[in-house]
Amino acid sequence: MNEQRRARLNKFLERIPLNLVIIILCLLWLLPTFGLLVTSLRPLQDVNETGWWTVLQDPPGIAAYEEYCGECHGANGDAIAEANLADPDFITQYRRSAQIKATFNDEYDGEIHVAEDQRPSDVQLASILETLRDNATGEGLPTFWLRNYEDVLVGYRGDDTYAEDCEAGNLLPGQRTCEFWTDITLASGSMGKAFLNTVLVTIPSTLIPIFFAAFAAFAFSWLEFKGRQVLFAILVGLQIVPLQAALLPIFKLYVEAGLVGTFLGVWLFHTGFGLPYAIYLTRNFLGSLPKEIFESVYLDGASPWTAFTKLALPLSVPALASLGIFQMLWIWNDLLVALVFLGGDNPVLTYTISNMVTSLGAGWHLLTAAAFLSFLVPMIIFFGLQRFFVRGLLGGAVKG
Amino acid sequence: MNDRKEKKRKKAKPSGSSIMHQGGLMPWLFVLPALIIIFVYIAYPTLNTMYLSLLNRDSTEWATAACREGEACWGIFENYRFVFTSDVMLKAFRNNALWLVIMVPGVTAAGLLIAVLVDRVPYENLAKAIIFMPMAISFVGAGVIWKFVYDYPINPDNPEIPVIGLLNAVLVGLGQKPIPWLSSPPLINNISLMVVGIWLYTGFSMTILSAAIKGVPSELLEAARIDGANEWRVFWNIMVPIILPTITVVLTTMTIFTLKMFDVIYVMTGGNFDTNVVAVRMYQEMYVNFEAGRSAAIAVVLLIMIIPVLIYNIRRFQEQEAIR
Repeated sequence: MNEQRRARLNKFLERIPLNLVIIILCLLWLLPTFGLLVTSLRPLQDVNETGWWTVLQDPPGIAAYEEYCGECHGANGDAIAEANLADPDFITQYRRSAQIKATFNDEYDGEIHVAEDQRPSDVQLASILETLRDNATGEGLPTFWLRNYEDVLVGYRGDDTYAEDCEAGNLLPGQRTCEFWTDITLASGSMGKAFLNTVLVTIPSTLIPIFFAAFAAFAFSWLEFKGRQVLFAILVGLQIVPLQAALLPIFKLYVEAGLVGTFLGVWLFHTGFGLPYAIYLTRNFLGSLPKEIFESVYLDGASPWTAFTKLALPLSVPALASLGIFQMLWIWNDLLVALVFLGGDNPVLTYTISNMVTSLGAGWHLLTAAAFLSFLVPMIIFFGLQRFFVRGLLGGAVKG
Repeated sequence: MNDRKEKKRKKAKPSGSSIMHQGGLMPWLFVLPALIIIFVYIAYPTLNTMYLSLLNRDSTEWATAACREGEACWGIFENYRFVFTSDVMLKAFRNNALWLVIMVPGVTAAGLLIAVLVDRVPYENLAKAIIFMPMAISFVGAGVIWKFVYDYPINPDNPEIPVIGLLNAVLVGLGQKPIPWLSSPPLINNISLMVVGIWLYTGFSMTILSAAIKGVPSELLEAARIDGANEWRVFWNIMVPIILPTITVVLTTMTIFTLKMFDVIYVMTGGNFDTNVVAVRMYQEMYVNFEAGRSAAIAVVLLIMIIPVLIYNIRRFQEQEAIR
């Protein structure tokens, strides 16, 4: 009995390094995304002042206050009556840290208030002042808020927040109406609009190629025609042709046809480049179905059309679902095609975010919120339908 | 009995089996719509790009028109002279080569390692989902995530300016100076970008290799273990040879992904600080410099680099069909 237990313990101890390595790897993989999520929920002042990993620590002002002033003014700043730092009327006299700095030279009881070598630095002073003011007025910033998401959804770029500026009436007329649902859908640069556009691009670009691929894949697996093998081999090759190879001529074509900036143009382009892989994957599935079931329908006198709609199509639903999820994520996350064919006319999520990065118009609090917003749909699809997604990936070579 | 089985297996293969309705117009009604779209969007434009690569910047004359007296000229291949001799393009090629050398083996090795490790723990699916998650989000989003990790303080000499980038905060914590990860040419920033690529694609190689590992007969592994082989030898002498075809698939697919790398570089550095690659260069020639001819020539070179893999894929497909 004892020996058995020891053996089990030994086995457990032996496995610790393995588990440790895996857990560390997983944490390493999650860490960057986790940092993004935390940052997207923090007020902008905090984002620029402290790293996201300090989010649960006290703000820097508190530590500095305790170091330089705590001894005389008490832990919450009300120890000395004439300088009651917890009194909002008192503390708001000092708008800037420069004012408080000046009082350091004043004399108290015949001595300089704070000796030169004991003074906090300007940066520390500023954060002390801010902390005290927050404490006194009770208007301190929360650790987390959702305002960053509100700001990116309406496309607000400013020094404060959309909610504050709307309340104060600081927004220029014509820019935003301060009606949340109007701004979300209409304002330029809004992630709400980009989100909508992405949905409008993604759904047809997923369904159209699947529709055509189902027909073609059925013919390639269960109908006989001349050149079938050769055509299919060509399709296998076309899967990896880089879309860069087609960008220029299609763009010229679209300029003439007036399709630049339209959804139709993007749908068709994604259909073209999605089809080879879609056909390949669906044929692999259809081709692996037992032959007998098709034989029996034909013996009953069914036409290929009936065999397709009544038999092949219902049977291939799981394969088409995998394909759909794969294609959907691909298009949702695409930048290049959206950049070239839609650009700023109908901005999608990836385009809007890449613009926010390169134009440096947005701080980290907005950028992180925007990025996380664009992850929502892929994450839900991925974690909800992972099984199908992996099957789509393993179903064959990988599309270009 | 055996004979019948044999017959059945032969019959089961879809290719070449003649049970289905033959000839006629019907099959073409099924395939033609798809084939027409593919022709219009892939085949024709690719050929057209080759033609455009021989024309000048706005595709009005032969590329020879851009030649100047007394300067080197490659005639109608003038755009290719730019592609193969200009400083910017050579740098882009060098970077692409660097990406190939580091990222392709890096992603494959990391994916294989993780696949082998997680195969031995009960929470395999959770661990795999975590490693795979970056593949589900956009590369643009991944660019934002990592730009934040690499963030560099505006005034690094002032110790009071807070460091909000994770990596530099670690450096400062260790008593080092922060490093501008994305603008230190030419190696540090390129490797910083490749780390993002590895973070993104390891889930892909892990998923494919993990499926292959599960296909290795466990009796084979057990037999070797009973014979006294340690895990290291079981891995190298039994597992790796069996999954070698899958490793090749991952290597070739990663090669293509790497050659086409666009989003990460476009978002994170815009190709500045000597980080440019061929795909970004192609976009910039077209939509920033308005040099259609050069852009087309770059696309053609990109295509040519991919053709060996393309041929390999078709061969592999035909071999698979033959044994089906």
